[in-house]
Amino acid sequence: MADGVVQEIFRREAGRVLATLIRLLGDFDLAEEARQEAFAAAIEQWAAAGVPANPRAWLIRTGRNKAIDRIRRDAVFRTKILEREIASAEADIAAMPEDTDDEAFGDDRLRLIFTCCHPALGAEAQVALTLREVCGLSTQAVARAFLVGEETMAQRLVRAKRKIRDAGIPYETPEPPLFHERIQGVLAVVYGVFTEGYAATAGTSLVDAELCAEGIRLGRLLDELLPKNPGVLGLLALMLLHDARRPSRVSDHGDVILLEDQDRALWDRSKIDEGLALVEKALSVRGQISPYAVQAAIAALHVRAWTKEATDWPQIVGLYEVLLRLQPSPVIELNHAVAVSMVDGALRALNLADSLAARGQVSEYHLLHAARGRFLQQLGRLDESVEAYRRALDLATLEPERRLLAARIAGIESMRLLPSASQASRLR
Amino acid sequence: MQYLLLIYANEAEMAARTPADIQAVTAEYADFTKAIVQSGQFKGADRLKPTSTASTVRVRNGKVMTTDGPFAETREQLGGYYMIEAKNLDEAIAIAARIPGAKNGSIEVRPVWPMG
Repeated sequence: MADGVVQEIFRREAGRVLATLIRLLGDFDLAEEARQEAFAAAIEQWAAAGVPANPRAWLIRTGRNKAIDRIRRDAVFRTKILEREIASAEADIAAMPEDTDDEAFGDDRLRLIFTCCHPALGAEAQVALTLREVCGLSTQAVARAFLVGEETMAQRLVRAKRKIRDAGIPYETPEPPLFHERIQGVLAVVYGVFTEGYAATAGTSLVDAELCAEGIRLGRLLDELLPKNPGVLGLLALMLLHDARRPSRVSDHGDVILLEDQDRALWDRSKIDEGLALVEKALSVRGQISPYAVQAAIAALHVRAWTKEATDWPQIVGLYEVLLRLQPSPVIELNHAVAVSMVDGALRALNLADSLAARGQVSEYHLLHAARGRFLQQLGRLDESVEAYRRALDLATLEPERRLLAARIAGIESMRLLPSASQASRLR
Repeated sequence: MQYLLLIYANEAEMAARTPADIQAVTAEYADFTKAIVQSGQFKGADRLKPTSTASTVRVRNGKVMTTDGPFAETREQLGGYYMIEAKNLDEAIAIAARIPGAKNGSIEVRPVWPMG
């Protein structure tokens, strides 16, 4: 029997097997060890007896039995928990039906997602745990995503798993109305995974394709598990439409290329088509509009335009206004101002940005100052423009963004070195 | 599992309430307590006197040291608790959210360490 076949089964079933073992065993670490032992046993036994008819059920049953063996055998483990708990754990596990049918139990991966994204865990811990347990990333890979050492990340994951166990965070998909509240947290985690890859918050790498791909993979999994959920559809569309532009966002030298200057021929048409279809679907679900669907609709208007001049800015302004009503935030206000500058001109946009700045919440946000610099430049107020760009440069942390801002400042300064030329042309 | 729900509130604000406010909140607490007694989730509860009545005790090198007031100055002070039985954290959170004090103070939800 080919190793490839077994590896393919492992790859396909690893997530489901782990999720079900966590439900059966009630312990993340015990479940991980049990899965490993089940895979090891499969390599040995399937070579002789062939792949069983239902490999997933075989792996879960074997993992469960290995865990029972381990609880009985492992003296170290035995001292960790009380005898009576061992007895009850053994009884619980033994009493579990061997049925691994999704029909009967629902998909355990959904339970796992809701557990990892529980609001009683810290926001970072939710993202880290989801990457580790749901996506199956190694601790080392998760540590890289958060720019921390492997040891630090391992400790954070241990702490989060301990809280799940000790605080009694349930391993279940919540029922409505709690469901509607909790799914928002799940979507935020999935989007967090994606944006962590799309615009790493520090360092030199602007795009981490692996995390973007994991975010989209999680989105697809949620769409499979929770079909026709407007938030899931909207988020998946948003991620695909952003990701479609990834090849054009950074130059060969690692410089940022703004949307208006991007080579639209580089955009990924298949992701765009899939994203556009999902936006339509998200907006056609009856009930409340999801902010993700509105953001995806804005992204859709951008990618639908074959040239920047063809962009439907009035409709984008309108969608930002919808978004501001659904989910007011300074970042959305700023994006609204940028869209307004394309429709009503830079002065009105500057007034919006100034009123945002006056409220003080986002005075340290570099993109606010970058946008003010832009509006002031368009209005010909170059001294103030350079000042705003300098402030943005002080606050920006990503190298490619800093280079872009420095280039803007240099551009204005060099224009101002030629006042006699412009004066001369005016005289003529 | 058992959870201790610790009710924190700003004592100065509590002291400034009108008699009508106090009466209304007392009635809310009575309703809430009755409801969780009936559902079998109630294990115990008490209201505490203000921190101005509190003393802090430490024993160092065998010597008892008593000082006035609570251990730390914070904006909100512990004012009471409920001990409850809940299936899991979600059930405990749902009960905590029904405590009248959650609307202006905050509730800390602590799982109880089971003892042999």
